[in-house]
Amino acid sequence: MTGIYLAGAFSIAGLIFFNRRRVVNYLLVVAFLVLQIGFTVYEYLHVNTIELGYFTADALGILLLATLSIISIPAMYHSYVFVSKEKDNPMHRAIYFAAMVVLLTAISAAYLANHIAVTWIFVELTTLSASALIYHRRNNRTLEGTWKYVFVCAISITLVFIGILFLSFTLKKAGTDDLSFAVLLKKAPELNLFWLRLAFVFIFTGFTAKLGLVPMYTAGIDAKDKAPSPAGALLSSVLMNMGFVGIFRFYIIIANSPLHSWANHVIMIAAILSIFVATVYMTKVKNIKRMFAYSSIEHAGIVMLGVVAGGVGYYAAILHIIFHAFVKSSLFFQMGQIYRIYKTKSIYYVGDYFKYNLTGSIVILLGFFCATAMPPSGLFISEFLIFRSLFEANYLAVLIIVMLLLTVIIWAFGKNIFKLLFSPAIDFNEDNIEKINPAESISQFILLGLVVYLGLNPPQEFVTLIHEAIKNLPK
Amino acid sequence: MTNVLLIIFTISLLYLGIAHRLLTYIKILALQGVLLFGIAFIDLIQINAINLAFVLLETIVFKTIAIPFFLNYIIKRNKINRDAEPFLSNFISLIIITLIILSTFILSNAINDSRISKIYFVVALSTLFTGLYIILTRHKIITHVMGYLVIENGVFILSLAVGNEMPMLVNLGILLDVFVSVFILGIFVNRIGDVLKDTDVDQLKNLKD
Repeated sequence: MTGIYLAGAFSIAGLIFFNRRRVVNYLLVVAFLVLQIGFTVYEYLHVNTIELGYFTADALGILLLATLSIISIPAMYHSYVFVSKEKDNPMHRAIYFAAMVVLLTAISAAYLANHIAVTWIFVELTTLSASALIYHRRNNRTLEGTWKYVFVCAISITLVFIGILFLSFTLKKAGTDDLSFAVLLKKAPELNLFWLRLAFVFIFTGFTAKLGLVPMYTAGIDAKDKAPSPAGALLSSVLMNMGFVGIFRFYIIIANSPLHSWANHVIMIAAILSIFVATVYMTKVKNIKRMFAYSSIEHAGIVMLGVVAGGVGYYAAILHIIFHAFVKSSLFFQMGQIYRIYKTKSIYYVGDYFKYNLTGSIVILLGFFCATAMPPSGLFISEFLIFRSLFEANYLAVLIIVMLLLTVIIWAFGKNIFKLLFSPAIDFNEDNIEKINPAESISQFILLGLVVYLGLNPPQEFVTLIHEAIKNLPK
Repeated sequence: MTNVLLIIFTISLLYLGIAHRLLTYIKILALQGVLLFGIAFIDLIQINAINLAFVLLETIVFKTIAIPFFLNYIIKRNKINRDAEPFLSNFISLIIITLIILSTFILSNAINDSRISKIYFVVALSTLFTGLYIILTRHKIITHVMGYLVIENGVFILSLAVGNEMPMLVNLGILLDVFVSVFILGIFVNRIGDVLKDTDVDQLKNLKD
């Protein structure tokens, strides 16, 4: 089925690119969504079967694949709205949708890859397709965003490759040359520590570009800001999850080797610095979209803290990354409507959103509560569990620092959101503002509702899958 | 013989540190391509013929001829000023690159693995960090691309260290090399030259907080 999926999706992307009639394009996109959902269902029914030699639908892969499929439907819908609002240009439209399809396919394949080199190839492919999306508006600033994204991702993808090379040095000693995660896990205790240490540093640094942690987070911010909102939603939700998969699968191997506590320290430093950087920028950022992007950095840091703390933290980390994907993508979808009303993303020139778009402002308000992890948001539960695991693991100082930083983040986030919702806008001409159809906000309500529902009352299947995903980690 | 070539390669890094003109950078990149060809040929002679031909084709055709030619074309087309415009003086660059080589040398003493030859490790890592150093301290976007190409060369040397056991990794590295280089240079030649008049990183400093 993976073979059919990959072949089907890539040929759909090719057809979209070559046939630029509007109706054909949209029909092909619908066909892709059907394929994507069918693939997800099939993989869910066939857990842990190896396909094509390099793909295994394990629990983690299925959870994130389902997340991606759920988000991909509104992403395509909002892309349709976005494209139909601008001046029709068949070439730009075709490139946009083809890049969307390739991006979603590459991310799905990277989730399921059971071989580190295969993951790497698909990560590479996401950089290429994402850059086509970022450059969609074709002006000076998007060019800058694209260039920075491509360049930083090219360097980080090279770092991952160097890490894989070091990993292959360790394997020579352990007497095998198979780089699949299963073999690595089995051989973990006997790998050469010097090379493994270097491999971890390089692979972790490389994947932080996708996950959005210090040190390589910078390119992602510009990319999420400059990409059209539906594409930005994918970049700050499912693409981040892909970075998480890369790090997490390798972390499982490290956790079973003698380097476990050393790796924990490395990740913890990166995570705390990420939350700190997010705090600093959240307080001074003037662009709403960039503020959402920095909030993603903060959440990535919290997730990695959960991984470091261990115990219930592993469970909470996976819960958190899934919920964050839903919340952040719905906020980005809503951002498209804000931009259509005010024609700006700057916090100075927006305001009184309740007056212009009632449903949209309710989404923003709910999204704010969810993103800052206030109850009844599911993120509250996962964040609470992460804090509990930090407490149980005796990281008290870390816990206090993080909580202080989070308080500042909530204040900064709230200040900007309330300015957007309630204060009057400066110099805003109310005459011909666009009426937004409330139906465009339905998907955001569903996504946010899903976060609340899954947080308060997680179905048994869901919990089992998460426990299955973390079963190889030491207690 | 490989050792001689690798040492010449390291010396070319030092020359990169003091080079002033963009044309010199291009010539050094071409020279590194030739050296990589030699190293790969001596080292990988045991692997199967098609694979070897692929590797050699990449080093000689892509790294030595196509990329330098392409870079030259970009510089001419966009009328880029021929000076490399480093932030730091050449003397300091030379010292820093020497320190980089020295510290990888010291780091390599920590290896207690007889199957990996240390010289590959030293040369590859120092090439990698020199590339990063060039990216950090040069002003033009085109020199950033050149720094990236230097990093790629370092990765290629590192992949040769396991080339005989795992030719797949060498091929993957080449795939990365070709794919990314073509992509980055492609953006460069098609877009940046059209949109921006002078290709200077100062023009790409609008996105910030």
